Amino acid sequence: MSWINLSALWKIIVFGLLAGAGLPALFAFGLRELALPGGGRTQTAGAGADADSDRLVGGNPVGMVIAAICFLIILAAIGWGIYEVYQIGHPAPAKH
Amino acid sequence: MGNDAILVLVVITALAFDFTNGFHDTGNAMATSIATGALPPRTAVALSGVLNLVGAFLSLAVAATIASGLVDTKKVTLTVVAAGLAGGIIWNLVTWLFGIPSSSSHALIGGVIGSVLAASGGSAVLWHGLVSKVVLPAVLSPIIAAGVAAIGTWLLYRISRNLTQGARSHGFRIGQIGSACMVSLAHGTNDAQKTMGVITLALIANGTLHAKANAPFWVILACALAISLGTYLGGWRVIRTLGKGLVEIESPQGMAAESASAAIILLSSSFGYSLSTTHVATGSIIGTGLGKKGADVRWNVAGRMATAWVFTLPSAALVGAGAEALAHAIGGSTGVIVDTVILVAVAGLIYFRSRASKVDHNNVNEEWTGGVAPEPEPAAAA
Repeated sequence: MSWINLSALWKIIVFGLLAGAGLPALFAFGLRELALPGGGRTQTAGAGADADSDRLVGGNPVGMVIAAICFLIILAAIGWGIYEVYQIGHPAPAKH
Repeated sequence: MGNDAILVLVVITALAFDFTNGFHDTGNAMATSIATGALPPRTAVALSGVLNLVGAFLSLAVAATIASGLVDTKKVTLTVVAAGLAGGIIWNLVTWLFGIPSSSSHALIGGVIGSVLAASGGSAVLWHGLVSKVVLPAVLSPIIAAGVAAIGTWLLYRISRNLTQGARSHGFRIGQIGSACMVSLAHGTNDAQKTMGVITLALIANGTLHAKANAPFWVILACALAISLGTYLGGWRVIRTLGKGLVEIESPQGMAAESASAAIILLSSSFGYSLSTTHVATGSIIGTGLGKKGADVRWNVAGRMATAWVFTLPSAALVGAGAEALAHAIGGSTGVIVDTVILVAVAGLIYFRSRASKVDHNNVNEEWTGGVAPEPEPAAAA
């Protein structure tokens, strides 16, 4: 038995980076796409309509679609992650 | 062996520990969201409580490590478990009084190891398991978390640099809520498990369960409820240190810190590493300070925390060993009962001490002035 389980360590680092830094980066990208201005036509719908400065939706249709895809990927990744943790964390019950 | 009255007492003490674990650690998940105003303080702790409850059912890998991976279950008696719990609870309460986010897990593991050592010597401790599943992860996890959080922070600011200040902080506040929820869930998968492991250990010691058995359902449910209630009551002192004391946090940093914490804790839980959610969260928060140009990390606060971390295992072990020696000297059930009475008295004393410099949902976000209570009190400043 070794002191450090290297195969667990590299998995924690790689998946930690993907999920812990990659997903928030994807979220940031989605926010940026969402805020793209929509050719002259301003939309007041969506969150943050009260103050101009913190409005999130810029109104560009392509941007909005890309943003939606980003957010969906994040949700799917989280759902998959939770499912995996559940699978690993519930090994077949020990015999009595 | 079997002594059901003492078993009940031990289970209640274990649940009390779980409760302190919850309120000691609320801050790990929610401190940054509370600090940036993403969530109102009371909503944050309620949400975190519910998610801890869910998380407790999500993975049982860590419970297995605690129950059979650290000490020789054949050498463990109910008295040993009770003494170990006393060590864990007392250390948790002392660090909470000073607002130090130390590791509840190490307090518990230290307490149990200390009492096992006092009862049956070094041969009863599985040193390899202790080092490879507890000590090394304790050293590595905050470093990995800090790295991931620093990279995440840098990416978030880089990608969102064209957004207006207002849109950016609004957008990331939403993201922060999601990531904070993931940390609470992760906390349930790691920390609630530890008490399950200890109660399972007690049941094995009492002969109620066979060695290597998994935690029964009522144990899982009771632990989930205890940690979730503790979380809901909120450890405002620790929340304040983490959210305000360490780094002044903006919402993108908060999201980066929480995402890094959640990912590292969930991954490690799956591998059965009983790491400290506290160490990971603190590492992440420091990482976000490193990842943003111009952000200041208050290294003196970080240094104080790190000192507390190093002392956590041995201090809790000492208290655990002392409690075991006392219970052994008195002997039998009376020894366990005397231990419990002393534990309750010490807990009461610490609680009354904490009233003198109260931190709650009203003043948790006051400007950081160097001490854990907003108006520095000589009694509370370390």
